[in-house]
Amino acid sequence: MTADRSLRARAGAGSAGRILRGLVLLPLFGLLAGCNLVVMQPSGDIAMQQRNLVLASTGLMLLIIIPVIVLTLLFAWRYRASNTAARHDPDWDHSTGLEVVIWTAPLMIIIALGALTWISTHTLDPFRPLSRIEPGKPVAAEVKPLEVQVVALDWKWLFFYPEYNIATVNELAAPVNRPITFKITASSVMNAFYVPALAGMIYAMPGMQTQLHAVINKPGAYDGLSSHYSGTGFSRMTFKFHGLDGDGFDQWIAKVKQQGSELSRDAYLELERPSERVPVTYYASFADGLFSKILGMCAVPGKMCMHEMMTIDAKGGAGKESQENAERLQYDNRHVQRGDEAPGATTPASHRAPKSESPDGEKSHEGSGQGRTAPDQTNN
Amino acid sequence: MATHATHTLVGDRMSATDVPEFLDLKGEHHPEGGTMLGFWIYLMSDCLIFAVLFATYAVLGRSYAAGPSPKDLFDLPIVAVNTSMLLFSSITYGFAMLAMEKDDLAKTQLWLAITGLFGAAFVGLELYEFAHLIHEGATPQRSGFLSAFFTLVGTHGLHVTFGLIWLVTLMIQTRLKGLGAENKRRLMCLSMFWHFLDVIWIGVFTFVYLMGVLQ
Amino acid sequence: MFANTDLQHLLFGRLSLEDIPFHEPILQVTFAGVAVAGIAVIAAITYFRFWGPLWRDWLTSVDHKKIGIMYVVLALVMLLRGFADALLMRSQQAMAFGTNEGFLPPHHYDQIFTAHGVIMIFFVAMPFVTGLMNFVVPLQIGARDVAFPFLNNLSFWMTVSGAATIMISLFVGEFARTGWLAYPPLSGADMSPGVGVDYYIWGLQIAGIGTTLSGINLVATIVKMRAPGMSMMKLPIFTWTSLCTNVLIVAAFPILAAVLALLSLDRYVGTHFFTNDLGGNPMMYFNLIWIWGHPEVYILILPAFGVFSEVTSAFSGKRLFGYTSMVYATVVITILSYLVWLHHFFTMGSGASVNSFFGLTTMIISIPTGAKIFNWLFTMYRGRIRFDVPMLWTVSFMVTFTIGGMTGVLLAVPPADFVLHNSLFLIAHFHNVIIGGVLFGMFAGVNYWFPKAFGFKLDEFWGKVSFWFWTIGFYVAFMPLYVLGLMGVTRRAQHFDDPSLQIWFVIAAIGAGLIALGIGAMIVQFAVSIKNREALRDVTGDPWEGRTLEWATSSPPPDYNFAFTPVVHSLDAWWDMKARGFQRPLSGYKPIHMPKNTATGVILGVVSIVFSFAMIWYIWWLAALTFVAMLAITIGHTFNYNRDFYIPAETVSRTEKRRTEALAARV
Repeated sequence: MTADRSLRARAGAGSAGRILRGLVLLPLFGLLAGCNLVVMQPSGDIAMQQRNLVLASTGLMLLIIIPVIVLTLLFAWRYRASNTAARHDPDWDHSTGLEVVIWTAPLMIIIALGALTWISTHTLDPFRPLSRIEPGKPVAAEVKPLEVQVVALDWKWLFFYPEYNIATVNELAAPVNRPITFKITASSVMNAFYVPALAGMIYAMPGMQTQLHAVINKPGAYDGLSSHYSGTGFSRMTFKFHGLDGDGFDQWIAKVKQQGSELSRDAYLELERPSERVPVTYYASFADGLFSKILGMCAVPGKMCMHEMMTIDAKGGAGKESQENAERLQYDNRHVQRGDEAPGATTPASHRAPKSESPDGEKSHEGSGQGRTAPDQTNN
Repeated sequence: MATHATHTLVGDRMSATDVPEFLDLKGEHHPEGGTMLGFWIYLMSDCLIFAVLFATYAVLGRSYAAGPSPKDLFDLPIVAVNTSMLLFSSITYGFAMLAMEKDDLAKTQLWLAITGLFGAAFVGLELYEFAHLIHEGATPQRSGFLSAFFTLVGTHGLHVTFGLIWLVTLMIQTRLKGLGAENKRRLMCLSMFWHFLDVIWIGVFTFVYLMGVLQ
Repeated sequence: MFANTDLQHLLFGRLSLEDIPFHEPILQVTFAGVAVAGIAVIAAITYFRFWGPLWRDWLTSVDHKKIGIMYVVLALVMLLRGFADALLMRSQQAMAFGTNEGFLPPHHYDQIFTAHGVIMIFFVAMPFVTGLMNFVVPLQIGARDVAFPFLNNLSFWMTVSGAATIMISLFVGEFARTGWLAYPPLSGADMSPGVGVDYYIWGLQIAGIGTTLSGINLVATIVKMRAPGMSMMKLPIFTWTSLCTNVLIVAAFPILAAVLALLSLDRYVGTHFFTNDLGGNPMMYFNLIWIWGHPEVYILILPAFGVFSEVTSAFSGKRLFGYTSMVYATVVITILSYLVWLHHFFTMGSGASVNSFFGLTTMIISIPTGAKIFNWLFTMYRGRIRFDVPMLWTVSFMVTFTIGGMTGVLLAVPPADFVLHNSLFLIAHFHNVIIGGVLFGMFAGVNYWFPKAFGFKLDEFWGKVSFWFWTIGFYVAFMPLYVLGLMGVTRRAQHFDDPSLQIWFVIAAIGAGLIALGIGAMIVQFAVSIKNREALRDVTGDPWEGRTLEWATSSPPPDYNFAFTPVVHSLDAWWDMKARGFQRPLSGYKPIHMPKNTATGVILGVVSIVFSFAMIWYIWWLAALTFVAMLAITIGHTFNYNRDFYIPAETVSRTEKRRTEALAARV
């Protein structure tokens, strides 16, 4: 009897699922029209597929969530103590039919959602090269993706464009409808590279490389950010991502080449020191193999690169007489060596009065880079 | 299963005509405190700490940081002697327990003392090994592998050291209070602890030393 | 200050007067507030001559009921601290737009969100859960105490000592700026030098030892000390969830202990477990901490599920629907909670197969959880539901938690997680389940069992005021965060550029304000109830028409809980006794064997605070001294063989006679 009723309610919700979803979402969209729900209205195909997945999963789950909420409120109202008209059955505590329903109903939803998950996780794997630009538009065989090498620095983003031999800080650009391959690493702590309009995020980790494949379909300027907390300047570790069409991208490259200076190894080592609110900077060229040196944690001259170390380790190490290797592999201590304030420093190592913003003048070390902030310019 | 439970409940109600005993009026119910069970659960939780350290060693065990590897460092004969010390100590602890079962305090104490000496020899040899490694530059700070090695083996050694302190404490307590129920329970707990450390050491010996040198 | 800085270093380590934040107005006010409150409490205790009873009957008590109550008091006190942090964060985020920097610099803001997370999980939710389990479980299984009463007292003081360590960081030095899980490499020695992360490590390490010991204790209690006749399938459902929770504690907290120890070695000794260089691997920390961290979530929620089961059944005047399926659902959740940890970092790039495996296991957990919700639903069905405060919390939970569960499953779909991870959507999700699940459950539990603990009910009116402010406040505070998450806004930001976001943060801040009123109403509720306790008095010991054994004894229960150990014939043992005309015996009492109180726990607690402080500030001589002291005190304690006594039959008789008279006077 009960089983029947709830089954019917669920079946009703099932057939009316689409309409119901529309009914629930429509007023919500109306209410939110004023703000930019970028995750729900992205401009890149990957983010769009992720958006569709969010909607489909939510819809699937609402099939069971809405009946549960409605039944909760309904039962709470109907069986209130003051309603003596409702049937009271104090010893009724089991119904095999009902038990089967309450275990199978969620199970069915999860089977559907699980299938969706398995497929979408594989098709939307960030490491997987794109197979299409838009629905119905596969990537043409001759198209070579734009490769961008991304480095999350304390607290700004460095982008290399090996194809054009240029680099930029806190500004990213890509041509519309051309697949982009991001190769991502970080210099000192973890961050996550995230352009909500373009595609989901992926961690940026020191000494490791993650990948992200994406494409932007609409021209425009979009927000990019670090979405994994990384210390003092984290909130301001934002950049603009420009989707450019027609000649726009070539012009942008030309602009970078024209206005930019050279990103030498020394310039990089200076850039790498912690700083906040760094204005957009262009580099018309960069030192050979700089990205792979950053990735190998050996941008500082004389350091041993990760891959070299791993080759030695694979051969069984370098034996007992290898103390100089240890020196060459020290990497994390460079904040201390340069006198910079470490990203998460607290008193007494931060040389600030506890819980305050400004460094304590008296205690500050000479030549230290603490509290370095760039001129007050916003990124654009 | 669900139906079964319900039937039992209904069954109880059916037989409600004669009201059963609802209270233990004679005071016959004396729940055992479950020290052994509690200590066993503690050992399992400790086992998880070692599981983490073993897993860490499995992840970092080949990260030599262009430095020394197990082959360069480990001296199997010393480790073999060390292992036998610990295994002997487990056997002698077994003899102590047999003596305890016979309520022979003097013999129990004697075997405990021998166990303690073997345990101390184990810790001593391990410290010697560590000192030697550090002297050679193979410090815990040298590489991920050495960090994981020193921590895994050192944590085991620390456990043995605490076991020794406990053993001495129990020798004093059995001397003061004899082999009462309480002290027997404590000796049982230490026995479980001691054998547990033995089992862990066999894992260490196999995964760290043998497989390290033979790989 | 000292001419000889070497001497200063030797004596005080890296501690100096500059590390005390005299200059910071927020802290001055806080410190003044804490000092005034502290002096007031001390004065009141002195005035009422309460020091003796406080020491004899509470601090040194091994009685599980008192320890349970002290855990809950700790949780409520720490809730105020954690919530103050929440208010600071909400205010900062509501104002820091564009050129406005707000009132908290990043350096301070980062500590606040770290402290908020750590305090709410470890020192509010955990003590709440442990406190309720401690108080209720022995009563529900008809036992006189837990298996290891002294250990119970020690566990409590270890938890207090961890909480105190975290609180000290407010006034001496600084707290970690890493987020509540202190991910390396950020939390390593090179990236986070200073005392912050060390406060974090020692606070959690010591509290974690307490939690593990308490887990071992309660598992042994439930397995070994059940009343005769209480088979596992006659175990009250709250005790079942407690058993599963404590199994999870025993199997998860050692992992936390180990991973914190490895992080300490990195920071103190210079090893390379989680560093970038020399072979370290920070990703290993993510895995290890979440192998503890995900079960931790279920450690918190399972007892709350248990409370809701008890409450729904009691206030619907009905047996719990589907007890057996409820038990199996709990066990399945317990096991599955170990197979899902990776869903906390899909975005690390583990590959599609690994990600989808963990996504699927996560979704599978929602099946037993969904079954549980249906079971509560059908417990209400054909019931006679009395909407007392505990039941209000339960209904609110069922609606709120369902929404939180849905967003949780959404986050378990890896590609969806790629766009929502670390966003305010995620923040909204876990507050949705932790507030809507754990906290609502604990509030339901406190309102439900308060009369058992103190012999009078809590004031209904103020309870309802608090309930409505909390529920509405919750929705106002967290629904905007879902929206912000969909706008691509990330967590832990101290400042925003886009002014169009501000309105949502303002709404969220208003919600936080409503929750503050809810907390205020709760405090008023306690005060009013204590004042009107005679009017709210319950002498029956069974104010809610309860079904389980804790309602069989008086309120508050005598030290020995039950004059005679109950014999169980049915699930809902007390309901069964009432239904079959159980008569309380008035004579024939026997002496009762009980454990003695001891001061060892509280002394070890204090010494361990000093030890942590010394380790944090590198005061090595003090650390060594206190470590040896702890060892000596522990060993010394084992030399005391005189740990128990018998309550004479006459005393039992006298106590029970008073209850007989009270029951008679009621009529």
